Amino acid sequence: MLVLLVALVCGTLFGLGLVISQMVNPAKVLNFLDVTGQWDPTLGVVFICALSVGLPFYQWVLRTRRQAVLDEEFDVPDNSSITPSLIGGSALFGAGWGLAGLCPGPGITALPTLLPGVLGFTIAMIVGMMIYRFANADKRVDAPPRRQGISNS
Amino acid sequence: MDFTLTEFTPLSATVGGALIGLSSGLLLLMLGKIAGVSGIAAGAFSSDFNKAGWRLAFIAGLIFSAIVYRWFSGAPLDVDIQMSLPWMIVGGFLVGLGTRMGSGCTAGHGISGLARLSKRSFIATLIFFLTAMVTTTAVRGLV
Repeated sequence: MLVLLVALVCGTLFGLGLVISQMVNPAKVLNFLDVTGQWDPTLGVVFICALSVGLPFYQWVLRTRRQAVLDEEFDVPDNSSITPSLIGGSALFGAGWGLAGLCPGPGITALPTLLPGVLGFTIAMIVGMMIYRFANADKRVDAPPRRQGISNS
Repeated sequence: MDFTLTEFTPLSATVGGALIGLSSGLLLLMLGKIAGVSGIAAGAFSSDFNKAGWRLAFIAGLIFSAIVYRWFSGAPLDVDIQMSLPWMIVGGFLVGLGTRMGSGCTAGHGISGLARLSKRSFIATLIFFLTAMVTTTAVRGLV
């Protein structure tokens, strides 16, 4: 249960970061992304500050520790290939982010406002995730391995 | 369409950004997990409690933070939606589909991915920042 408590605390800190920096406000995000308007550099500062803390923290953890504190293996991706789905997916994500001014963290964090735009965004986001999951159910890493032997694909 | 003007707020951006970095680092140190909100949200729907449990707790924390903030500040959360509901839905759908296809979002690729110096995350971050800037600038130029 300690695992759940730590995850709850981390989620709360992450959300407080988004709320305090006003990244839950699509107006501020879009005023950063719109380079022609009255530009608001706030998002850039949030991003750089998050990395200034996150990068040394990550490097310290990954270089000095063999496992996480609560006896768990590091669940870090080891894939390094630049694939069409990485590029295409990131482009689709960018288009949606640039349209709405919300990404997954702020979309979920802003749910208590009960604003129709936030609810519509976040529900549609979950639907998009589910559609991708079901369309790719046979390719998932945790799917049972296919039977070996007959190779005609 | 009129867009809400906002002011540059460097101080709260610094504090908030540092908290995001701290949370990401703590999650890795304590649980060995990447703080990618799109992956956490998608994985929260797993029927396996080992996979879903910590993710649901993280999401509960995100939602809880907005409520905590209102308790302590007494001020309502500023969330100025700039687009009509149908466009918010289209945006949300693209974000959901795109983050799964591309294996990450602003948090997973942008913060955690760059923090562990991943080449994949660097490319992904470059692409979604560029396409987001092009999209916003084009949409605002047209309306």
